[in-house]
Amino acid sequence: MFKPLSIAILAASLFASPIAFSADKTSVKISAPWEINSYDPAVSGFAFHRLQVMETLVDADTKGVLIPGLATEWSATEDGMSWTLTVREGVKFHNGTTMTAEFVAKSLITALAKPGMLKKAPIKSIEAKDGKILIQMEKPFSALPALLTHNTTVISAPASIDAEGNAVAAIGTGPFTVDTFTPPQGLSLKRNDDYWGDKALLESASYLATSRAETRALIAESGDADLVFNLDPSGFAHLKDVDSVTAMADAIPRVVSLKLNASHKFLDDARARQALSMAINRQGIATAITRFPEASATQLFPPVLSEWHDKDLKPLTNDVEAAKKLLADLGWKAGDDGVLTRDGERFKLLLRTFPDRPELPLIATALQDQWGEIGVELEVSVSSYSEIPKGHKDGSLEVALFARNYGLTPDPIGTTLADFGKGGGDWGAMGWDNATVIDALDKISQTSDASVRSENIATVVKAVHDELPLIPVVWYQHTVSVAKDLKGYVVDPLERNYGLSKVSWGK
Amino acid sequence: MLQRSVFWSALAGRAVQAVVVAVVVGIISFAMMQALPGDSAYRIAAGRYGYDMMDAASADQVRTELGLDQPVVVQLVSWLGSLAQFDLGKSSVSGSPIAEELKTQMGYSLLLAGAGLLVSLLIAIPVGIMAGLKPGGWFDRFSLAASIFFRAIPAFAIGVVLMLGFAVHTKLLPVAGFKGPEYLVLPALTLGLGLAAVSSRVIRDAVSEAMSAEWRLFSRTKGLSSKLTLSRHVLRNAALPVVAYVGVQLAFLIEGVVIIESVFAWPGIGHALVHAIFGRDVPMVQGTALALGLMYVVLNLIVDLTCHGIDPRRSKTA
Repeated sequence: MFKPLSIAILAASLFASPIAFSADKTSVKISAPWEINSYDPAVSGFAFHRLQVMETLVDADTKGVLIPGLATEWSATEDGMSWTLTVREGVKFHNGTTMTAEFVAKSLITALAKPGMLKKAPIKSIEAKDGKILIQMEKPFSALPALLTHNTTVISAPASIDAEGNAVAAIGTGPFTVDTFTPPQGLSLKRNDDYWGDKALLESASYLATSRAETRALIAESGDADLVFNLDPSGFAHLKDVDSVTAMADAIPRVVSLKLNASHKFLDDARARQALSMAINRQGIATAITRFPEASATQLFPPVLSEWHDKDLKPLTNDVEAAKKLLADLGWKAGDDGVLTRDGERFKLLLRTFPDRPELPLIATALQDQWGEIGVELEVSVSSYSEIPKGHKDGSLEVALFARNYGLTPDPIGTTLADFGKGGGDWGAMGWDNATVIDALDKISQTSDASVRSENIATVVKAVHDELPLIPVVWYQHTVSVAKDLKGYVVDPLERNYGLSKVSWGK
Repeated sequence: MLQRSVFWSALAGRAVQAVVVAVVVGIISFAMMQALPGDSAYRIAAGRYGYDMMDAASADQVRTELGLDQPVVVQLVSWLGSLAQFDLGKSSVSGSPIAEELKTQMGYSLLLAGAGLLVSLLIAIPVGIMAGLKPGGWFDRFSLAASIFFRAIPAFAIGVVLMLGFAVHTKLLPVAGFKGPEYLVLPALTLGLGLAAVSSRVIRDAVSEAMSAEWRLFSRTKGLSSKLTLSRHVLRNAALPVVAYVGVQLAFLIEGVVIIESVFAWPGIGHALVHAIFGRDVPMVQGTALALGLMYVVLNLIVDLTCHGIDPRRSKTA
């Protein structure tokens, strides 16, 4: 009587087991929009870093505080002209090679030769000396350790690169090793049992690049992936009602803003830029398009970037009448069709944006309508985002709409220096050279004195807020869907790390 | 003897065609990429580094690295030179050898296309024959309505509906991915339904035409049963246009799966080609176009030989 039943149960559990236990409970599946094109850290470092295949010399916690990574300590000389980093001992690459200072230096030199974060620092040379890394600077740069947290500075084994300098493998030091790589869609990972730090709790992980937001939402709902990143507003709203997942949103330092050509004859007066800013109904855009009403921007830097966010700054407001008056003061008069004219010229601008972030074209058309109310005719061109740096360089750009991440590194000075420093930046100011700001940014980048820093940051923030070389529209929320039974996942506001090594399954 | 000579002459003819296709496709795709607006160094840098890291300096670096400042003719000649040595070069965006990328992506696309075609034939053949045997009957009209319905709905919508039904609500199949055979079912079904919508009508027309042909009447008159007439004569004759159509369809399908590949996160060649065009990855576009062009040649060869097998009279008249 007993036997057939137990055999039946055994048979049933055999069939059920691959799905119910082994596959789900020792592995985690991730889905995100970003395709992984290559083994090259300059191209795909973001993925290898987030998935913990490769690591950086300096690490950062979720609050942005710098903590030791592959370097155990770092310090600069008194004059700030040279940095020394001590390389962690006993670290092995995934292929078994021991990580030495020489290998680390080689990896950094390769990174420095390619586009990436290190380019933002005035580095003269990088060399290995007595188990330490010595970085000589052309001028003092206090944020160097913060730049060394960026994914374009990950350390990879010498065997990752072939004789001709091509990246042929992703051999890092992290808690996960690459098992199979199917560019551009998939990557599967195994636990690195020789990891120098706390070993991963799960045995394996897999990543699937899913470019369409609709698919990602369905993947989250069906349980085909346990961690799903970057949900679209409607998918996010829907997943909030799904019992098997937790939909989380966290403020991140990414900002949708308008870049204005301040040397354009319509835009060279700060009042014109202020008028355009006042015509924007940010609350409406944040409510209807991005669907996080609390994230309508009141200033450029969001609260999550606490050092650069000034609570006492007068918020940017929506005031169509005041905007009209400002433009009237500048000599603009409404023509027969409602479009403003001055000296026979229509107030007409071309806005460039791109579809990779699906909300951008929507916001652009909302702006077209809102600026229309004050008599500014806006034409929208949706193309490759590379048209924006190109237009900056050849001077043809009038207005651009994009999302800028000020949290690429825990200290955003590298980015702000590039954006608002001398000559402006591809993704920052254009035709707006403000000597006070340039000077303040230089001071911030060179000092490690907290009070000098905050005083100069306040100067930059105020000038950018008053003169609006960039008009902020909305702040970003990072959205993630997490399977209910997945424990230990923490949102990283800097989007550096998915924290896979710390997640596990439990009830 | 005859069979053999037909085979070799078909093969030789197609081999010459292959070489011509390779050169022409390479030159045309190169010329078209050059004609596209926008600075390719900027587009390539965008494809490589993403919008957080891409800037004018990285575009300039790409220009120098890839020699994009060289005259256009020099770039084309160098590609043709490498091609003569069976070297397709490296992708401008990912840096990996084109041949390797094509191998993976073409493999996945062929798998998806083949499975889609199989599904479509499993649906279209019985439906087409049933409808063609009684043109104007209720089944014919019903299948026409279904065909219009599936043809009119975009593949994208069919895919999402199937995902909702089979993956999200019943959890029978995974939504998207490519790690096992179960991942192939939904994209293949999406493709197959769209294809069957047309091919079932082609089959129906071919069958109904064969059914009304004089030779069918003759075969019935000479005493063959209706079943034998169907299997020996009608289906054989009806198969000719169907094979030719399916051959064309398969080639069209491999590039036409772009939307299905992105909806189901399938690492295929259509998806790769679109990305390569956006990223101005000229070697990748040339390599992909070349592979697709050669595949047309191979498919034509297969269709020729199959048709010859079905109807050996064709080669004598030709």
